[in-house]
Amino acid sequence: MNARVIHIASNTFREAVRDRVLYNLIAFALLLSGAAILVGQISIEIEKLVVINLGLTAVSLFGVVIAIFIGIGLVSKEIDRRTLYTVLSRPVRRWEFIVGKFLGLAGTLVVNTFFMAMGVFGALLYLAHHFHKADAWVLVALYFIILQFLIICALALLFSSFSSPLLSAVFAFALFVIGSFAEDLRGFATMAQGGSRWLATGAAYLVPNFSALNVISSVAHEQPIPGHLILYNTLYAALYTAMAVCGAVLIFEHRNLK
Amino acid sequence: MAALEIIGLEKTYSVGFWRKRSKHALRPLHLAVEEGEIFGFLGPNGAGKTTTLKLLMGLVFPTSGSARILGFEWTDPKVKAQIGFLPEQPYFYDYLTARELLAYYAQLSGVPAKERRRRVDAVLHRVGLPDVGGVQLRKFSKGMLQRVGIAQAILHNPRIVFFDEPMSGLDPMGRREVRDLMEQLKHEGKTVFFSTHVLSDAEALCDRVAIIHQGELRGIGVVADLTSNVHGKVEVVWQGTRVPSSLKALEAECHVTGDTVRAVLPEENQDAAIDALRREHLRLISLIPVRASLEDYFVQKLAPREKVEGVTV
Ligand SMILES: Nc1ncnc2c1ncn2[C@@H]1O[C@H](COP(=O)(O)OP(=O)(O)OP(=O)(O)O)[C@@H](O)[C@H]1O
Ligand SMILES: [Mg+2]
Repeated sequence: MNARVIHIASNTFREAVRDRVLYNLIAFALLLSGAAILVGQISIEIEKLVVINLGLTAVSLFGVVIAIFIGIGLVSKEIDRRTLYTVLSRPVRRWEFIVGKFLGLAGTLVVNTFFMAMGVFGALLYLAHHFHKADAWVLVALYFIILQFLIICALALLFSSFSSPLLSAVFAFALFVIGSFAEDLRGFATMAQGGSRWLATGAAYLVPNFSALNVISSVAHEQPIPGHLILYNTLYAALYTAMAVCGAVLIFEHRNLK
Repeated sequence: MAALEIIGLEKTYSVGFWRKRSKHALRPLHLAVEEGEIFGFLGPNGAGKTTTLKLLMGLVFPTSGSARILGFEWTDPKVKAQIGFLPEQPYFYDYLTARELLAYYAQLSGVPAKERRRRVDAVLHRVGLPDVGGVQLRKFSKGMLQRVGIAQAILHNPRIVFFDEPMSGLDPMGRREVRDLMEQLKHEGKTVFFSTHVLSDAEALCDRVAIIHQGELRGIGVVADLTSNVHGKVEVVWQGTRVPSSLKALEAECHVTGDTVRAVLPEENQDAAIDALRREHLRLISLIPVRASLEDYFVQKLAPREKVEGVTV
């Protein structure tokens, strides 16, 4: 792949690490071990269910918060501080900068999720003393969570390429919340009448479908996840992410720097 | 071949929130800089110097016009590897050390991996920061950042460099070093284009200068040519404290200091003035043409257009 994109991505990763973003892992570890110990004292039957539910939900929320808060500053901070001047006056194309930034943040989130996942599996091991075959579905749930992060990152990047960091954060977070109920929205849309029906359907399909990407509770109940869902979700996330990043590139290509 | 050719570059901003007005940051500008030249781009605050450089670097887009750098279209990514740019008040990723920053920029500029270390060390040495390569940039002073800025501009051995106020924030030693550095760059055959409002720097360094004001080119040329034809006056000095009355008629401005008199008068009256001094038996000490400084020229060019004729400096 393009070397400059990789250099930009790894510098973005380095920035996140030096800004102590990974310190969130300490909070996560404390939360999870506290919960595991507490649950371990209550009952034998539901403890696994609770740990998987709680653990994966925490993984997802921690990641979304990081994705949004780094994502909104990814470009706007560089414009405001004028650190971009000495980058874009080099043989770096604007799209390379955006894609590099995106990949850097995505990499940060994957590494972060990896450590959090180790925590979740550690907690499972602490409770059950060995792994079950069904625990492999937890990996699929984690994969879907990462797909969510990619979409959120790309959206934060897109918003921040034309609006202020605060508004971008609000937009991105709102879309995350709405997207988590995307299936319900689609249901409501079919109940609407006339012109508003088309509008509602359009909106329901435009927001990212995070509900399909959320399989936490079925995994917690040890239900298997169908293979076609994995395939479908992968394609969906790839397409959605690519479109959002392209949008960000298109806007940024024409932007006058401060 | 011209190293830089600006062809009618123009930038208009629209300002104001409710009632949009257009602000001409740069009127159509035509300019050519030869290869191997040190070219000074002068103008008062808000003249449009930074705007011109940002347009050339592709950081903002022109309202109209274009430019060629080293024979290439200025937006061509190929030419960017040959360009060094020092922005005004540079700011860098402050979580990196100076050496990390320069190594990163070397990567982006396509410096081969095995040369990077050597280049970074050499350039840190060249800008007078050999000992602080391992220090995070957030701990750097303003002048040190300016030096890092110069380092990153020359790191990849570009053929043409653009410096936006390279001396700003530097101590007297630093200014001297940067002047020397620009001369070295010229000796290496590179083209140096820099903006400044410190005229003495421009006068000492530049082969040619251009003056812009309110986004408009007001003058361009070799420094010596620009300054020689501003005045047409001579300075006459003689011993004593007496001023012959006939000098008044020759438009002389006289100043008595100690036991000498200094008079500045138009060149065409110099013979008559010397005759007058002889008649009064006054001892002539010197007679020299007054060479205008670049500052005089600058002030003259900045005067509103219609008043230029009547200016006395
Ligand atoms: N983003 C912008 N929006 C509106 N006006 C702008 C913008 N950027 C610059 N200007 C205007 O363009 C003019 C030229 O500005 P520029 O920064 O090029 O001046 P300069 O010659 O570099 O001055 P200085 O010596 O102070 O650095 C100024 O009047 C400034 O107000
Ligand atoms: Mg300026």
